[in-house]
Amino acid sequence: MRRWIGAVALVLVAGSLAAQDSVPPVDQGVRVGIEYTPGVRPRLVVFPGPGYDSVRPILQRDLDYSDRFELIYVGYHPDGASAGGVNYQLYRRLGAQYGVELTPSGSATVVRLHDLDAGEVRSHQTVIFPPPDAPEFRMAVHQISDEIVRWVTGTPGYAASRLAYVGRKRLWVVDSDGVGNRSLTGADEAVLSPAWSPDGRRIVYTRFDEGMGSLQLLFLASGSTVTVPSTRSGLNYASAFSPDGRILAYTRSGEGGTDVFRVDVGDMCCLQRLTVGRYADNLSPTYSPDGRRIAFVSTRAGPPQIYVMSADGTDQELLASFDFGATGSSFAPEWSPDGAQVAFHRAIEGRFQVFVLDLASRRVRQLTSAGRNEDPTWAPDGRHVAFVSTRSGRRQLWIVDTETGRIRQLGTPDAVRLPSWSRRFGGAAGVNH
Amino acid sequence: MRRKFIVLAAGVLVAAACGGSQPEPVTPAPVAIDSTAIKEQMRQDSIAAAERARAEAERRATEAALAAAALITNQLTAEVHDMINFDFDRSDIRMEDEANLDRKAAIMMANAAVRMRIAGHADDRGSDEYNLALGNRRAESAKRYLVNQGVDGSRINIVSFGEERPLDPAQTEEAWTKNRRDEFEMTAGASQLVAPN
Repeated sequence: MRRWIGAVALVLVAGSLAAQDSVPPVDQGVRVGIEYTPGVRPRLVVFPGPGYDSVRPILQRDLDYSDRFELIYVGYHPDGASAGGVNYQLYRRLGAQYGVELTPSGSATVVRLHDLDAGEVRSHQTVIFPPPDAPEFRMAVHQISDEIVRWVTGTPGYAASRLAYVGRKRLWVVDSDGVGNRSLTGADEAVLSPAWSPDGRRIVYTRFDEGMGSLQLLFLASGSTVTVPSTRSGLNYASAFSPDGRILAYTRSGEGGTDVFRVDVGDMCCLQRLTVGRYADNLSPTYSPDGRRIAFVSTRAGPPQIYVMSADGTDQELLASFDFGATGSSFAPEWSPDGAQVAFHRAIEGRFQVFVLDLASRRVRQLTSAGRNEDPTWAPDGRHVAFVSTRSGRRQLWIVDTETGRIRQLGTPDAVRLPSWSRRFGGAAGVNH
Repeated sequence: MRRKFIVLAAGVLVAAACGGSQPEPVTPAPVAIDSTAIKEQMRQDSIAAAERARAEAERRATEAALAAAALITNQLTAEVHDMINFDFDRSDIRMEDEANLDRKAAIMMANAAVRMRIAGHADDRGSDEYNLALGNRRAESAKRYLVNQGVDGSRINIVSFGEERPLDPAQTEEAWTKNRRDEFEMTAGASQLVAPN
């Protein structure tokens, strides 16, 4: 077995490089309850070495975007290499606590996480990366990135995920790191309200047509779509899959107002109306991760606010408390994957801002303040939230770490609406233990 | 005309010559016969001309009536199409729009074949998905008003465009005001409308 040949002549390009592409100041319109101190994150270095020039930058960026580490970047100088194992002392001197090592093993790659303080390998996994030009290559790297985060923190990262959104009336998807933007629908249909199925194989969206809208189930592998039969008439939108992927909860507007319905999309049966608003609207359902509850928006008290009910429509009650006449209207709830929080947006001085409701304490926390910020959607790690913001001058996707307040833009070519973040793409092709 | 008569006269001569064993003195056909035919023809022509004039007058009268009806139809159509607007995040009918809706109700009552589609719209300051519900409520409000005036509800269909089809995409108070609206469209029975009494 080949070990990585000793790191000598480490060129510390990190100092200058890291400074230009690292953490933006925390005051970019973000308010969080925790003070952001970069120093508390463990420092991590992806060891330099020959090969893996396509893998390493993706890995480094994923680990950086996880907001769990302070990345240290070191250059590689082969002339200075000498035989031997990992020079723990050298990396410790750089302030690093963790090191990621990539070594070839036949056609596979062994990925090792070194605990530099303990001077030992903490975890490892053998991976077969597809060729860099293969379509599944980046996702395979994202998956090992998420594993590395799990080795250190106990919970995986969110790199192996995608976001769906609406741009110029089309449905788009993009990888969590902003790469691979592509449109999945044509110019002949207008798209609204995309939402991922939990297994990432389907996206449901509204095909909007002259004031009406049907729900389309798009099967990503084949590209084929199926119309949900109960939505062939009327205006159907703002839908959400149940965690088992069988049930679709959705909003229907028409004669008799706007209400939440559910339908079994496994058997395409068993339509059930969950809310009955006489002169009030009920819309935008989102399932709790255990599938037992649904949060939604209701105008039953006048201004739209966030409510919750059992998945069968019973036990409806207010979820995010508000002061009548003082608290702004609230919209677009999305339950976090860990079940502990619900993100939504609320009007503050006439502009939308993203909030997070902590379910244990029932307290809300404002996450944004710069520009107009709306339609939050949770990353699979339950810690990052993507939302649409006008802070750069037009509607773009931004991602905030709700723990640290660190924020970044996820580049997209067009103005963005209605994002939906997938769950983690698991069962990696080419990943084994 | 002249040539025809000559041929006819010749024909009579031949017929007489071949006719019978009792030869009659051949006399040329009298000109007076032709004169009667012409008079008859002139009479017919004048009847036809009168007929044509009467038809033309009738056609003109019909045309004028149709034009008048079309004018009325156009006026009534414009009145039905006249949009109404809403206050921010509201769906209740404003007082200044009640006369507008009363007129629409009267026109619908006078024209039983008319069917209507009401489309509710919102400005883009609200939430994208909530705006679809808001547009729906705005369309519902106008429908409820018309039904309360006596229009059969089954003749009115509602849809919502939310903020998907602004009249004015500008981000100004004026544009937003324009965009918060109900649009009315007749989907059947609109080719000829009669004015309500």
